[in-house]
This record gives sequence, structure tokens and C-alpha cells, in this order.
Amino acid sequence: MSPRSAAVAIAVLGLVALALPFIGITVPGLFEGPLNSAGTLNLLGLCFVFGALALTYDIVFGFTGLLSFGHALYFAVGVYVTAIALVRWHWSLPQALALTAIVALLLPLALGAVCLRVRDIPFAMVTLAFAEAASILVLQNPFGLTGGEEGLALGSGVLPAGLIGVANTAHLYWIAAAVLVTTCAIGWWAVHSPPGRVWQAIRENERRVAVLGLNPYVYKLASFVLSGFLAGVAGVAYLLLQGGANPQITTASFTLVLLVMVVLGGVGTLWGAVIGGIVYEYLDFRLLEFSNASGVQDLPAILRVPLSEPLFVLGVLFIVLVLFLPAGLGGLFQRLPRKLRNSSG
Amino acid sequence: MSTIVLLLVTGLGLGALYFLVAAGLSLIWGLMRVLNFAHGAFFTVAAYAGFFAATALPGLSLWLQWFIGLLAGTLTGGVFAVLTETILIRPLYRRPVGQVLVTVGLALATLALVEGAFGSDPRQVTLPDWMNATTTILGAAIPNTRFVVLLLAALVLAGLLFFLGRTRYGLIVRAGVENRAMVSALGIDVERAFTLVFAIGGMAAGLAGVLGATYYGTIDPSRGTTMLISAFIVVVIGGLGSITGSALAAVMVGLLQQFLNFYAAAGVGDFAVVLLLAAVLLLRPGGLLGGPAA
Repeated sequence: MSPRSAAVAIAVLGLVALALPFIGITVPGLFEGPLNSAGTLNLLGLCFVFGALALTYDIVFGFTGLLSFGHALYFAVGVYVTAIALVRWHWSLPQALALTAIVALLLPLALGAVCLRVRDIPFAMVTLAFAEAASILVLQNPFGLTGGEEGLALGSGVLPAGLIGVANTAHLYWIAAAVLVTTCAIGWWAVHSPPGRVWQAIRENERRVAVLGLNPYVYKLASFVLSGFLAGVAGVAYLLLQGGANPQITTASFTLVLLVMVVLGGVGTLWGAVIGGIVYEYLDFRLLEFSNASGVQDLPAILRVPLSEPLFVLGVLFIVLVLFLPAGLGGLFQRLPRKLRNSSG
Repeated sequence: MSTIVLLLVTGLGLGALYFLVAAGLSLIWGLMRVLNFAHGAFFTVAAYAGFFAATALPGLSLWLQWFIGLLAGTLTGGVFAVLTETILIRPLYRRPVGQVLVTVGLALATLALVEGAFGSDPRQVTLPDWMNATTTILGAAIPNTRFVVLLLAALVLAGLLFFLGRTRYGLIVRAGVENRAMVSALGIDVERAFTLVFAIGGMAAGLAGVLGATYYGTIDPSRGTTMLISAFIVVVIGGLGSITGSALAAVMVGLLQQFLNFYAAAGVGDFAVVLLLAAVLLLRPGGLLGGPAA
């Protein structure tokens, strides 16, 4: 496919995605209800959010080569700061979003400034430690703000009427789609901008970048902050779709899941990460349903137990991918003959 | 006074557990430059293996059951680690990030499997009567399990230092930490040392799994992850690759957590440990006893 026909294909796909809430077709096997049912739209919205989130992680990990294990923290900022401002302080949505934007900018800036003093695996450990500290903080429920293990439900009356209720799921779906498109656009622009090229140079050989007279620290910090901020934006969309905050998204395991998404799709390609995020979320959701299906429940325990754990299936899939298909699903795509191949993003 | 003594011994016991997990991580990192995310899975699997081995022979005395559990857990940890190294990590020697990723996948899958098979609720461990009792020192009633954990961790520390400092294989491991390429160039099979280091690390983590069950009185699938993160912090504070550094940092982290969680508020200690980590990295990026920043 030429870049032109690829653009047409993406445009058609985008239009179909936008019009989805008006399409009442049932796709057997893929989704439970018709395409425009609230359940399907919600699942697709979540898939979009995770696609966007995986892309933000790919900016730091795939493009800048920074193996951060604390990315969940910045996503959690979007979820929890907004939720706290709305529910505990009774702010209006624009006020809450303004505060979230400020925190989502300053927190990665401050923590990134500390973490980037070390490199490689120590960097991974330090980012992990900060995220873990935040996770502990959320679970401790300081001043009754975060709701601890229970999480924080948005409840009624805190959001504008158009964002509440099953009937308005289409609005949330469009918000999620908008977040994904915006994140993709900013991500694409960022990695193709001059600083974005420096990021990729740092990933390949940091010392050489320094020798060329550029300060890698500043560029790495910029990548870290941009990715953290966009993760916060995805967090807000997640909060709206889920109708509340839950502490699972702050844990280290959640960051590992992000890593799985990016590797699943292909490290260092934007569209690969997006596809990885979407496929992962979809599989995670559907595997849970699959495990409750009668066919699986009737199996002997030795098969039933592993198959009923989505994380087990995904973990094994991940290991197989890392061992045998290092370029991810995107890499599989690139092995296709050149004529069939899409231009990569 | 008695509270301080109790917190001191409890914190030391916690530090001992951290040390057992961190020692393997530190050695594996030092020699192979692999960050082993599956180390928490070794801990958890060994804890369950120890639990089931101990209860498999109900006729025996509780002491003997405990000891069988200890042996079974340690061996399970070692075997699991060797299998991980030979099957999953060896094919990826040329891809360092791939090695980390594969251990991440293994950790996720193993923990999901343990949770699926045995449930996520904690299980009570049966201990010999002496371990359920307390000993009074300076007015503080200290659970006897703390002494068991401390004694065994001290033995492991001494054993590791002896192994690294006085044996031929220890010499190879130390030389490999310093300069792996040079050791290979001298005609020594470093890859065998990799397996050895994984075996030692896995056994230490397995021992920690069983001792963790003794220390807390329960086992559950998620403690391995908590331990792993604490151990990461310990390893970085102590200096990657340094066993003595890990021991020192483990004691510091354990004590800091215990005292602050008690005197300030629950959770403050855990938080302070992360701040300590940030401070150490700012002032000494290589860790307390580490070399220059890795």
C-alpha cells in the first residue's frame, strides 16, 4: 500500500469508528451485544484509552530507550487528581481538569529530574520505587481522599449530565476516541520533530549524542514529561469511562501490563503500541468472559485453572512473543511482502 | 524501652528477609546485568512448596515438618531459578531488554497461576510451639520466629561471603562482576557461573519464601511482589552487585520501615524508604557500597 492509500484506509477506519454508535449490527464472536450497545462502546472506549496509554509509554520506552517502571503513576494522576477534585472538593469539571493538567505536568517533571540522574536498570528501579510509593499512598487513604482499597466512585451530580448514564455511553466513547486521535497526533508530531529525532539518537547511543554537544538529560526529561502528561490525559478518559478510580491502576503490576502492551504491538513504532494496547485490553476483557464460559468451566482443573486466569494466558503469550517474535505483532506485519505492507508510523 | 527493643528486633528480622531476596538479585545483576523480575515469583512459589511439603507428612513432629518445608522451599526456589535461567534467559544473552521482559512475563504468569490454583486469601502456617512463643529481652516480649529468621539470614550472609571470598567459583563470580569479557577471554566458562548464580539466588529467595511464612505466620500470592520491590530498593541503596552493601541496606530499610510505621503512621515508613532511595541516588548514584553509577 502506498502512503496515500494507507491514509485513505485510516480515514475510512476512523469514519467507521466515529459512526459506530449509530451502527446496530451484531458481530458474533467479537462482541457480546450489537456494536452500538453500551457494553460494546464502553469496551471499545477502554481499548482506545489503553491504545493511547500504550503509545505514551512507547514514547519513553520505545523511542527514547528509557525503561520506566513507573508509568502507571502518571496515568493514576489523571484518574485520581480529577476524581478527588470532583468528588471530595466538589469542583466543576473544568476546574478539576485544570488542576489535573498542572499536576500531570509538574509531577513527571520533578520525579523525572531525580530519576534521570541514573541510567538503564537503576533508572527502572527508581521509577518503580516512586510509583510504588504513590501506590502505597493511594492505598493508605490519606485524609480520606483516595478511598483506599475501595477506590473512589464518581457518583451522581459531579459530572455534567451529558457524561452520565448508560444512554450517554456514546459521548464517552467519542471522548476516548478523541483522546486516542489527539495522543496519536501529538505522539507522531513529537517523534518526528527535531527533539524526537534526538530521543531516538539517545536510544541508539547516548554518549555520541553528548559528544555532538547536545545535553541528553534535557531531552530525556522532555520525553519523560510529555509522555507522563499524555498518560494523565488518558487517565482522565479512563476515569470517565469507568465512572470511578480504583487502586489497581496505581500498582507496579499495571506498569508491567503497559510494558506487555507495548511489546505485544512492537517497541518503537507508534501504531504498533496503539494496536498492542487495544488488543491487550480486548483480550483481557474477553479472556475473562471466555474463562467463565461453560466449555472452560467443564475442563479438568489442570487445564481450567490456568485458562481462567487472563494474566496467566497473557504472561505466557508475552514470553512466547519476546522469545520468538521480538518485534511484536507489528513485526509480524512487517514480515509480509513489501507490496502488502503499510507504511509504518 | 521495651517497644524500642521489639521494633529493633522486628525490623532486623524484616531486613533479614529483604537481604535474602536482595542478595540473589544483586549477584544476578552484578554478574549478568539481568534485572530479575521473576525473583518475587521464586519467593512465592517456594513459600507454597514449603507449605505443602510441611503438611504432606502430618505424623511427624512440628519441628521436623517445619524443617522439611524449609528444605523443600529452598530447593524449589533453586530449581525454579535454574530452569528460568536455562530455558528463558539463556536464549536471550544478546538481548538484555528481552531478558528483563521475559522475567516480567514469567512473574505475571506464575503469580496468576498461584492465585488461580490456591486462591488469593492468606493461608495460616502451622509452626512448632516454640516459634509461637516469645522470649523476653530487656522487658520486650519478642516472638521467637524473629531469631530464627535472623540466624538463618546471618548464616546465608556468612556462607555467601565465604563462597565469594574463599572458593574458586566465588573468585570466578567476583571476577565476572568486575569484567565479564576478561574472564571469558581467560578461557573460563562464564555461562556456568551464570547458572550457579541463578541457583544461589533462587535458593536464597526460596529460603526467604519459607522464612517469610514463618515470620508472618501466613502465606499469600502477593507478598512476593511486595518483597521484590523492597528488595529492588535495598539493592539500589546498597550498591548493585555488592553483597555486604545489600546486607547493610536491608537492615537500614527494615529498621526505618518498622520505626516510622510505628511512631509516625502506617505507611509512612514505606514512604520514607523511597525517599531514602531518592536521597541515596542523588548523593551517591552508585549506592552506598557500589562503584560509580552503573
